[in-house]
Amino acid sequence: MNRMPVIVIGVFLTFLSSWIGLVAYPYFALGRFTPFTAEDTGDINPPPLSGLAVMGQRAYASSGCVYCHSQQVRQVGYGSDLERGWGSRPTVARDYMRQNPVFLGTMRTGPDLANIGARQPSSMWHHQHLYQPTVVSPGSIMPSFRYLYRTQKIEGQRSANAIDLLPPDAPADGYEVVPTYEAEALVAYLLSLNRNYPLPEAPEPPQ
Amino acid sequence: MSMTFDHPVTTPELDKAERALIDESTRIPVLLFYGSAVFWLLIGTLFALLASFKMNAPHFLDQWGWLTFGRVRPAHLNAVAYGWASPAGIGTALWLMARLCRVPLRNSGLLICAAIFWNIGILLGIFGILSGDGRSIEWLEFPNYASFMLFVAFGLIAVWAVIMFRFRRPGHVYVSQWYLLAAFLWFPWLYSTANILLNFEPIQGGAQGAVNWWYGHNALGLWFTPIGLAAAYYLIPKVLGRPIHSYYLSILGFWSLALFYSWNGMHHLIGGPFPAWLVSASVVASMMMFIPVITTAINHHMTVRGNFHALKWSPTLRFTVFGAMCYTLSSVQGIFMAIPSLNKVTHFTHYTVGHAHLGLYAFFTMIMFGSMYYILPRVVGWEWPSARLIRWHFWLSAIGIGVMVIALTIGGLLQGLALLDPGVTFMASLDYAKPWLLLRSGSGILLTGAHIVFAVSFTLLVLKTGKRREGPTLFGTDQGEQPEALIP
Repeated sequence: MNRMPVIVIGVFLTFLSSWIGLVAYPYFALGRFTPFTAEDTGDINPPPLSGLAVMGQRAYASSGCVYCHSQQVRQVGYGSDLERGWGSRPTVARDYMRQNPVFLGTMRTGPDLANIGARQPSSMWHHQHLYQPTVVSPGSIMPSFRYLYRTQKIEGQRSANAIDLLPPDAPADGYEVVPTYEAEALVAYLLSLNRNYPLPEAPEPPQ
Repeated sequence: MSMTFDHPVTTPELDKAERALIDESTRIPVLLFYGSAVFWLLIGTLFALLASFKMNAPHFLDQWGWLTFGRVRPAHLNAVAYGWASPAGIGTALWLMARLCRVPLRNSGLLICAAIFWNIGILLGIFGILSGDGRSIEWLEFPNYASFMLFVAFGLIAVWAVIMFRFRRPGHVYVSQWYLLAAFLWFPWLYSTANILLNFEPIQGGAQGAVNWWYGHNALGLWFTPIGLAAAYYLIPKVLGRPIHSYYLSILGFWSLALFYSWNGMHHLIGGPFPAWLVSASVVASMMMFIPVITTAINHHMTVRGNFHALKWSPTLRFTVFGAMCYTLSSVQGIFMAIPSLNKVTHFTHYTVGHAHLGLYAFFTMIMFGSMYYILPRVVGWEWPSARLIRWHFWLSAIGIGVMVIALTIGGLLQGLALLDPGVTFMASLDYAKPWLLLRSGSGILLTGAHIVFAVSFTLLVLKTGKRREGPTLFGTDQGEQPEALIP
């Protein structure tokens, strides 16, 4: 192997094969979905995200949630995802067509969030959890995201979006803790995570 | 074809003056890349410690978004992968290319520009991640303004490598050169494809996962691995003064790595929302990795066989052989992790983090340390000032990484087995991992010590402090021992 062309052509062809198989093929097979419209209800699935949830998707990336939370319910036979109630069916490629970047995740220091909007539908719960995780989830090692919240003096009436906090996190008398726009967006995004809608290629497994 | 044919020094022998001339021609680019590598190693280590401590004490520094776990962790990965490992590999590769092409380094301007672009890119990227611009795509977190700078740098280096190879002195092309040329051609292609499809013009999420792990695995397999193997293939025979065991095993190892490694990535997606054949193809390719791994392991082992005593004296050899052995270990571990029934346990746990450190640290980083111990004295014209510092460096890093991998492996297995069992609460799976994450922080402190010792040693060498030494700095000589005959 003393000739440059042999090496260059060889490394080109071997790599090209993986580029075709693992990049070009997925691009055509998994990257060009259209949403599915249910004939009876007219529902469009996966449903489009609200503007606020799109901003929240960005906040999810910016705060690096993906380093501890996956968003995938694995197929039957791969772990106990379904038994844990993390979803009513395994997730499929079309579920992610609106997600950018995709948050499949590789680590479960925290639980899966593929359907967290269905499992925890209360926005107050999410705010309390983000502000001080151990209050609603004892034993958790999730960090506090209180940098996404503001403590302010109550002027007149308490703000409608002020969050209820227990001591020691409760603010001093006359003060309240309110979410910033980023926190509101993040919670809107978390609440939008619900992939229990029907898709023809993803039947619910028998119980 | 005789076996001695495949020896980095025999075809045709350069005289001492020519070697010195070549070494001198590489000085500025090599020092630029090595110097920035050591700087980013320290920064990356600091982020690693922060991230690890935060897992033990979630309240630690949690008042600022800039230092939240989800940003410090990718800052660590990118600082060590692109700030430390890549420039260390590039510095090593430049010197190896000049020596093996047997001509002084040409067009060093291209490399100096590349180093500048590179460092600006890393600085912008880390700053971007900490300020909230990170993309949360594993291994590709840098925002576009940073990854673009890195791509320009990669491109310049690839052009340089082709020029250098084109104008080499005629004769034998050594196995290290195959690996280096391949790495320099693969990586810009890999990096640009992944960045375009995930960051610049993002494709649909369903396809992003495949591209993400095609990239993530190949960054290790087709960038770091070939550079690490090129260095090992050069340094082991060079220090021992004997040829590589088998030329044919080298060829088999190279082409089987090229073919199979590039298809490995989808084993990160087992059980996920992907077509079964796609994942199966990667599982099969992962099994086939036994061929290049065992081939290379035999080739290296047979080269060292009968000369293991040299590990007692030569810092270069000790770091490099440690790294080469860990290459085998981490690759075999990786093959087993791709088997679906085992992957079920280890996927989504800290076991994977342990595996990543076995590959990128115990294999690649240790070989880079070994390379620096060999190359820097030749480039600077000054020997390492203290054998004691090198000894501390070796033992702190070897014990540190050993403890880290063991802690994460046990912690990950316990966590994974608990996650598989729906009767165990999720929180209990975390409780299994917690004590091992504490031990991981302890191992991180040892590694931090190792890196500080190395940075001190590096600085003292570059500043040419201490007395001029006659021969190379070998282990034991500071304790009054006399090494047996050994080419350093």
